[in-house]
Amino acid sequence: MLTIERALVEKIIAHARADHPDEACGIIAGPAGSGRPVRYVAMANAERSPTFYRFDSQEQLKVWREMDDRDEEPVVIYHSHTATEAYPSRTDISYASEPNAHYVLVSTREEDGTEFRSYRIVDGEVTEEEVSVVDAYQG
Amino acid sequence: MAIEVRIPTILRNLTDGAKAVDGKGGTLDELFADLDTRHAGLRDRLVDAKGLRKFVNVYLNDEDVRFLGGLETEVADGDSVTILPAVAGG
Repeated sequence: MLTIERALVEKIIAHARADHPDEACGIIAGPAGSGRPVRYVAMANAERSPTFYRFDSQEQLKVWREMDDRDEEPVVIYHSHTATEAYPSRTDISYASEPNAHYVLVSTREEDGTEFRSYRIVDGEVTEEEVSVVDAYQG
Repeated sequence: MAIEVRIPTILRNLTDGAKAVDGKGGTLDELFADLDTRHAGLRDRLVDAKGLRKFVNVYLNDEDVRFLGGLETEVADGDSVTILPAVAGG
């Protein structure tokens, strides 16, 4: 299950809406091993495409370094689909390389209402998980 | 002196969990071949018949080697190489 603060969900959706019809992407970092997404980082989609996304490699290096320095990991890796449902595509599955990450997909295909779903992708196998949106994390 | 290579989480099963390993070589290609003698299978995760796999980013001293010389990029003692999984999809 992904437990995530409402404010972070809203940031992801706002980013996806802003970049529509291109795909938007980014991460939410959190303390390593905690499973708790805390620090929102919107990433540039180097492809600027409605059907593909790729983190800019220089920006990714910078962000990954920061996470290393802070003892964080990418707890959530998100991107949007702008014409199809919020379900991992074959390309998404073939690239997925963070077995500990929650892969969040949002779909902006409908103007009113944004699908927001989360998956684990391990060794090419997709498992959808429940998303629990909370006002603030407990403890 | 050697070349330090930083290994991402997904490949640490090939380095006994080590976050960084040392290697040697005059080019990136030679460096990966050298690493493979001690960390069998590592090269195959980075390189295919066409060159650098599209699923990985390799940086030499913070520069993406795709914008340098790819596998032919020259490396030397004291350099630092970082490997990250590319984050991409459709």
